[in-house]
Amino acid sequence: MIPSYVPPKYTPVIDKKKCMVCGRCTIECSWGVYRKDGKRIIIYPNRCGACHRCVSMCPRDAITIIEEPVDWRSHPLWTVDIRRDNLNQAKTGKILLSGQGNTMDHPIYFDRIVLDACQVTNPSIDPLREPMELRTYIGKKPKQLEFEFEDSKIKLKTKIAPNLKLETPIMIAHMSYGALSLNAHLSFAKAVKECGTFMGTGEGGLPKELYPYADHIITQVASGRFGVTPEYLEKGAAIEIKIGQGAKPGIGGHLPGEKVTANISATRMIPEGSDAISPAPHHDIYSIEDLAQLVRSLKEATRWKKPVFVKIAAVHNAPAIAVGIATSDADAVVIDGYRGGTGAAPKVFRDHVGIPIEMAIAAVDRRLREEGLRNEISIIASGGIRCSADVFKAIALGADAVYIGTAAMVALGCRVCGRCYTGLCAWGIATQRPELVKRIDPEEGARRVANLIKAWTHEIKELLGANGINSIESLRGNRDRLRGVGLTEKELEILGIKAAGE
Amino acid sequence: MCGIIGFMSRKKKMINGEKIALGLCSLKERGNGKGSGYVGYGIYPTKYKDCYAFHILIDNCPKFEKIKVAVENILEQYGTIVKDEEIPTEEGIIKKVHIPWRYFYEVDEKFADKEEDVIVDIVMDINDNIDGAYVISSGKDLGVFKAVGWPEEVAEFYRIDKYEGYLWLAHARYPTNTKAWWGGAHPFNLLNWSVVHNGEITSYGTNRRFVEMFGYKCRLLTDTEVVTYILDLLLRKHKLPLELACQTLAPKFWSEIDDLPEEERELYTALRLTYAGAMLNGPFAIAVATPAGLLFMNGEIEDDTVMFGLTDRIKLRPLVAAEKDDLLFVSSEESAIRRICPNLDRVWMPDAGEPVIARVWK
Repeated sequence: MIPSYVPPKYTPVIDKKKCMVCGRCTIECSWGVYRKDGKRIIIYPNRCGACHRCVSMCPRDAITIIEEPVDWRSHPLWTVDIRRDNLNQAKTGKILLSGQGNTMDHPIYFDRIVLDACQVTNPSIDPLREPMELRTYIGKKPKQLEFEFEDSKIKLKTKIAPNLKLETPIMIAHMSYGALSLNAHLSFAKAVKECGTFMGTGEGGLPKELYPYADHIITQVASGRFGVTPEYLEKGAAIEIKIGQGAKPGIGGHLPGEKVTANISATRMIPEGSDAISPAPHHDIYSIEDLAQLVRSLKEATRWKKPVFVKIAAVHNAPAIAVGIATSDADAVVIDGYRGGTGAAPKVFRDHVGIPIEMAIAAVDRRLREEGLRNEISIIASGGIRCSADVFKAIALGADAVYIGTAAMVALGCRVCGRCYTGLCAWGIATQRPELVKRIDPEEGARRVANLIKAWTHEIKELLGANGINSIESLRGNRDRLRGVGLTEKELEILGIKAAGE
Repeated sequence: MCGIIGFMSRKKKMINGEKIALGLCSLKERGNGKGSGYVGYGIYPTKYKDCYAFHILIDNCPKFEKIKVAVENILEQYGTIVKDEEIPTEEGIIKKVHIPWRYFYEVDEKFADKEEDVIVDIVMDINDNIDGAYVISSGKDLGVFKAVGWPEEVAEFYRIDKYEGYLWLAHARYPTNTKAWWGGAHPFNLLNWSVVHNGEITSYGTNRRFVEMFGYKCRLLTDTEVVTYILDLLLRKHKLPLELACQTLAPKFWSEIDDLPEEERELYTALRLTYAGAMLNGPFAIAVATPAGLLFMNGEIEDDTVMFGLTDRIKLRPLVAAEKDDLLFVSSEESAIRRICPNLDRVWMPDAGEPVIARVWK
């Protein structure tokens, strides 16, 4: 053990009877937990984050990992995490960084919502035998349609703005090239193309290697404007303006210089090795009308052919902001809940700022309906969508589609160890080190990610069928099919659902 | 499960209400005595034909007079009550928990340009704000008669054989989702719209929140009400041709739309995109009577009542159609039609999601 004020959080244990001292773990672990010293493996548990790379790769199945090998004196107020953070900050004098979503022990509302199913009075629909439609269009819709009649022939007078056509309401969230490796991005891009859906670039620009998939990619314009060129805007299927992010509302993106390699530097148009810290606000957006102008500028720049989304973090006044966005030319509002992941966020933001996505969807959907605007703009929910049931519930609460981030990374091997900001990801996902990046084979990665999306899609179809619904639009905002378990009256009211038994 | 039947004389021949009752009684099997109802078009005498006929259920309780006054206060804000009376009923058949009352009503001239909106507002106002009063119909020259009871009981109770109309719809209820009460029986009506519905709308939450965005309020605790409002919105407010409105309720599948020629594909895609919230999911068969002013796909505007029948797009509820001379029938069962008219010219099963439409012959 390396002498330290802070005892290790995890400790790997090697079963000496099984271990053949092949040293594989010393290569697989990018964190430097293992060192081979002659005929033994020396372990530095302080460096372990339980990413399981060694466990998965050990040819003798000799490794296990134990959490909190050292007991701390228990204390209800001075939790282990608080003490550990204070010790670390006393050492560094810096803001604590963390990866992925909020780790606080708040209720997960998705898990307190249950679904309905048909019994007797209406038949459930069997998706193996009947059509089941998940196709979703994201974009501006007219308030009403108008027609013309010419020689007894009907013609549509209303022009429909360009929409994104999704074959399943699951998209892959914006995670930047830089935060993630090229092979992770390639895996996502191939998967979304195969599944008839879309992925986001994040704020890191679009590397040339992804151009063949650009018609399934949503490009992002964030406050740092990394890699934003006319070509970039033209390439993608849609454009997303990132105002805020669920993991760190109120501040901009962080990409540590360790991850800014030559290709990243070229794609982002920043010096190699420099930290890429996006400004907290967009320097041309200081109020809602400025946002409306940026939406219009991006539309003009792409000749009104690309839908423009606006992403905001789920915060207290998200509904009011969403109304502002809906009255601009924006096509969709993306709401990112506080469980949303990130490559690097100050821990204090990740764990303390923002509101749950379930509440935010319900509140935004309700407010847009009150304003009579809900039909005209799409709602994309993101941040903490973990499984098909979460997707189903998000849509029933009022979303059109969802973004998944962490779940897509888990498909590539991620164990949610939360150390994306270090650039040492042993699974080759959140790293730029060539020897780690190549651990992902984009074909195999694409197959796994596509499998995940397809599996969820099957499950959503089954759930829809059980609810007697054969098209996803009849689920959207259909809160009547949800019930709450163990929620307070106020929580039920905000979610707009009844309690189980009602 | 519920039973529905409707017929229309395309020559506007007047037909006695006993005929529809006869048909409905043979659908008894599809109900459980927890609600039956009828609507007749063309039933009122000439002097009241141009009045809005409000049929209102008022609680039969000590506060009856008070409730009635509250209703009249609302009505008088916007126009004149030409005549009002209790709807004649037979005693001793059904426990009279409500007293059905009708008002023949004229809207004040100053609201002439938005008469129908005023009527909708009145209906919403009464149903929403007056405890113990429910408007069950509000159209011109038509009336809904409904209660908790078997088809023959409700027919007898309201003396349905005393009315003659050119179009009748009827419904025998087997309530599954909401409690049995008079207001929850079918037909549902708003202005000259009437709907009878067999099925259960699994998209109710979506549909309700969709129409609420346009100012409608769903208060009758049953999914059929929402169908009425959707039709009013699509056909009256948004002026969709009837065939396309039916398409929004039971749209073509995407796989079908993808195969259409470009212009049609655009049209049907636009329809599904814009009116996604109007799509009815779950099993249903409906029969609908509509007011004048309906637009058709060929651009013609119908200046008289139209009746149509429609099922969900995988036909999880039955609907059979039949013709005899000028009469067009739709029903859950052929037997009910044959009870009214044993010798039919043609009987057919409409395809899933394909409307059957009856228009007045010119």
